[in-house]
Amino acid sequence: MNAFETWIAFQTIVVREVRRFLRIWVQTLLPPAITMALYFVIFGSLIGSRIGEMGGYDYMQYIVPGLVMMAVITNAYANVVSSFFSIKFQHSIEELLVSPVPNHVILCGFVAGGVLRGLMVGVIVTLLSLLFTTLSVHHLGIMALVVTLTAIVFSLGGFINAMYATKFDDISIVPTFVLTPLTYFGGVFYSIDLLPPFWQALSLANPIVYMVNAYRYGILGVSDVSVGLSLGMLLALAVVLYLWAIRLLDTGTGIRK
Amino acid sequence: MTIALTINNLEKRYAGAQALKGISFSVQQGEFLALLGPNGAGKSTTIGIICGLVNKTGGTVSVFGHDIDRDFPRAKKQVGLVPQEFNFSQFEKVYDVVVTQAGYYGIPASVASARAEHYLKRLGLWEKRDAQTRMLSGGMKRRLMIARALVHEPKLLILDEPTAGVDIELRRSMWEFLREINRAGTTIILTTHYLEEAESLCKRVCIIDKGVIVEDTDTRSLLAKLSMETFLLDIAEPLAAPPALAGFTCRLAEPALLEVDVPRGRAMNELFAALDAAGIRVTSLRNRANRLEELFVSLVQGTLPGGAPAGAPIAAPAAAIAGGKP
Ligand SMILES: Nc1ncnc2c1ncn2[C@@H]1O[C@H](COP(=O)(O)OP(=O)(O)OP(=O)(O)O)[C@@H](O)[C@H]1O
Ligand SMILES: [Mg+2]
Repeated sequence: MNAFETWIAFQTIVVREVRRFLRIWVQTLLPPAITMALYFVIFGSLIGSRIGEMGGYDYMQYIVPGLVMMAVITNAYANVVSSFFSIKFQHSIEELLVSPVPNHVILCGFVAGGVLRGLMVGVIVTLLSLLFTTLSVHHLGIMALVVTLTAIVFSLGGFINAMYATKFDDISIVPTFVLTPLTYFGGVFYSIDLLPPFWQALSLANPIVYMVNAYRYGILGVSDVSVGLSLGMLLALAVVLYLWAIRLLDTGTGIRK
Repeated sequence: MTIALTINNLEKRYAGAQALKGISFSVQQGEFLALLGPNGAGKSTTIGIICGLVNKTGGTVSVFGHDIDRDFPRAKKQVGLVPQEFNFSQFEKVYDVVVTQAGYYGIPASVASARAEHYLKRLGLWEKRDAQTRMLSGGMKRRLMIARALVHEPKLLILDEPTAGVDIELRRSMWEFLREINRAGTTIILTTHYLEEAESLCKRVCIIDKGVIVEDTDTRSLLAKLSMETFLLDIAEPLAAPPALAGFTCRLAEPALLEVDVPRGRAMNELFAALDAAGIRVTSLRNRANRLEELFVSLVQGTLPGGAPAGAPIAAPAAAIAGGKP
């Protein structure tokens, strides 16, 4: 395929992905809006006032960046894992396999779909948060870079999960038993400085801590960890997961007999 | 002449079994080839390898000169596949399925939408363009898969049982459609369990059984191999036992239905003379089964050459192979 044809093929996959999550917006865009609005009401307004300040900001302001990231992570992952598993399950993956689309384009197309859903949900949640608090952006570039890289990393994760999955259970195991705990312990609701040394050290092994803090830095200008380190880690994760996913596609794991 | 497809010593080993044991054949541009074989013979596996759905474990395949190991994308561009099982997304619209497929081949939307309209109209699906695919009937789904397979205008069209579960009228119109695009230059490979279909459409048949090719010849010379033809005679008065007719084997299918094997070359007059002599009045006469079917069964049972065995064993499997439908 020449560059023009490759671009058309990429576009086709992305449009198909976006059309899918827009068509089922009740399952894809609405739930994170409702969940996050509940967090804002309960943690921000109701008990946030009792907690007082965190990291020099009032509690609501402090948790908004983390909650946005939480929504982006969950939705980027969910979009790719369920979309790719469902075309595998319905065998419509064969439409792609018989066509000359290169594997890189397939992967980038699905990841772009996940990133777009993640970012769209991120924007929705951010807009909702403005009903409860005010936000000013400390460093727009870092904020955008961190949120995009995070969406890429978790879209890739969702893709790999879907490649290995053979039944519907397999696509909810990772989100439930890995992503959710890592996110809740990822410094969304608290600064890890508050933790005893042991838990603080353990938290530093959790990649989500870096993502949440780097994003919080982009918005508020405060972070528990080095922002440079966070960006490096995000990049490294993206590269490793990309190579892993492309290898699965090349060997046809779970998609070619 | 250009060669559309070359398959050389192709092997496929699944976890358990060897599905293809080194098959070789080639297809000339413009041919209409039937790939026949009983369930599990390896037809879909062969097709899957050509199209990139199955990884081969040995041998080579090239499509219009493009080896799939060296330049699979270019090979894939030449091929359109109508698979055996429905494989489109249940919730997408008919029109989107076709246009999206074109997109995967790098065809821009303006071109793709014109082609989608053309093929959907041609296949009688244009009214259904906005329906979700799960709302289609089985026959419509088959036709949708044909439209989808043609949208990038492949030079080689492969259809894996395209008429399974399609009613007779629709099947005939599908045949007409396939003949037409074959005449226009598209090379076609078709698998089917309706042997009548192969006989009527394909000049050449390739029969595969248990992963080996047992026959690869033109349909006409294959039919010439048939050593025996069986006729069904409705007789006026029921009989208790089959009559002894010199030179013909007779069986009573029912008290008033006589099955007679007539060796090739014997005149029907002789049969009627013998029936006359036995005092049997015949009210009607018809061919028992599709001729190709009998041949097919004897080929996969390994009883050719040497003549199809006369007698009953052929009867039941022939009907079974035909899927119970004429
Ligand atoms: N995914 C698979 N894993 C293991 N064995 C398989 C797989 N797919 C097919 N086979 C085996 O390979 C052999 C050939 O199957 P194939 O689907 O190619 O047959 P076929 O000729 O298309 O049959 P049918 O007329 O029933 O469609 C069969 O024995 C089948 O059981
Ligand atoms: Mg098959």
